[in-house]
Amino acid sequence: MMTEGMFTNYFLPGIWITIQVTVFSALLAVVVAFVIGTLRTSRLWIVRFLSGIYFELFRGTSSLVLMFWLVFAVPLMFRWQFVPMYAGVLALGLTYGAYGSEVVRGALAAVPAAQREAGVALGFTKFQRLRRIEIPQAWPEMVPPFNNLLIELLKGTALVSTIMVADMTYAANLVRIGSNESAPVYTLLLVLYFVFAFVLTRGMRVLERHAKSRIGQAPPRGDSLWSRLTLRSNAGEGTGALTAGGTSR
Amino acid sequence: MTWDWNVVDDFMPRFWDGVLLTLQALVLGSLIAFSLGLVWAIAQRSRFAAVRWPVNIITEFIRNTPLLVQLFFLYYVVPEWGPSLTSLTTGIIGLGLHYSTYTAEVYRAGIGGVPTGQWEAATALSLPRSRTWAAVILPQAIRRVVPALGNYVIAMLKDSPLIAIIGALEMFGEAESFSNETFTFEAYTIVGIAFILIAYPASLLIRLLERRLAITS
Repeated sequence: MMTEGMFTNYFLPGIWITIQVTVFSALLAVVVAFVIGTLRTSRLWIVRFLSGIYFELFRGTSSLVLMFWLVFAVPLMFRWQFVPMYAGVLALGLTYGAYGSEVVRGALAAVPAAQREAGVALGFTKFQRLRRIEIPQAWPEMVPPFNNLLIELLKGTALVSTIMVADMTYAANLVRIGSNESAPVYTLLLVLYFVFAFVLTRGMRVLERHAKSRIGQAPPRGDSLWSRLTLRSNAGEGTGALTAGGTSR
Repeated sequence: MTWDWNVVDDFMPRFWDGVLLTLQALVLGSLIAFSLGLVWAIAQRSRFAAVRWPVNIITEFIRNTPLLVQLFFLYYVVPEWGPSLTSLTTGIIGLGLHYSTYTAEVYRAGIGGVPTGQWEAATALSLPRSRTWAAVILPQAIRRVVPALGNYVIAMLKDSPLIAIIGALEMFGEAESFSNETFTFEAYTIVGIAFILIAYPASLLIRLLERRLAITS
């Protein structure tokens, strides 16, 4: 069985690193998603084209390959070295930001055109329109798919263990080598990730209720026990953005 | 930065070996994901709660935990109890199992989209349950989810480098070992570009498929 010392020495710091990586890359991803997602609704074709290239590039690459490229190729190419954790955060943030930009674009496109026209009629600037009219109405639409992406991101953080960042997967590998007992370690690790995903989902449900009430919509009603326990929101196309060849909704 | 084409030439034979392995893992992994996902989806609609609940819990657990850790589990823990498999086989099973929980959701949506009248017609014709599924429901359900299934094949392609971490040398694994031996960076760059070059046309293909199936159905 895993000894007490191994847990406090390896696992606890690893959990903290996983939390940090998740939070930092989620913040980066949200920024990227909003910037790229808004640019992709621009009127100028060149802006749409360039942001579209960003989207296709980062949706097409594997975040693991990007991570290794940042850590092992960039120092040789540009004589500039990343702290491994920030390379991991950057790779995850840029990739999941690209997925998120599809969510933002879709939600902005779903805001009724009359809302934008009303903003034009009232003499709002483009930025004011976005900030005061379009994003507040699109935001509740974005939360469920963002939840799905956030869980994907949490799962993605396990990849940073491969570039020598001592997250909880890395800690589990150390404990396995040290104690020669793999079953309890990896079971504990899987359960920990699951618990994290569950906590994140609860948080996002609260956020969704808050977002909906702010624009005067009724909160979502969980009808069955299962739908309250389940982690994904089926309505959200978050996984669609993750994979889809452009969502033609 | 100096890009050395000689390094690229040296890497190319190993790159093609890796591509072959990636495609192999992708095809076999997809087969597992498509068939196992269907089993999950049908089991989730079972009349018996004793079937529905365990299946729901298992799929939910597999879908919300990292593939990398599942691969470690399959590679290090499973041999303690049962057969020890090669890293490629483990990787394929891991990819297939992980993505089967996603395709299960896709099938579930497809099955849910079949009108109730179809079920009722099957009952009215007193078709046995197996025949209702095989001849009435699934042909209609699967047809409309083909593009969504294709999307998960692309997602699986992007997760396929993870099997290199447990030792299956697909294209990323080849790049990693090549770069470690030669202290070069070209191989990583080439593999990164290769992923985009495979994933982007594939996603265009799926977009096309989506449009075609939408018009005719």
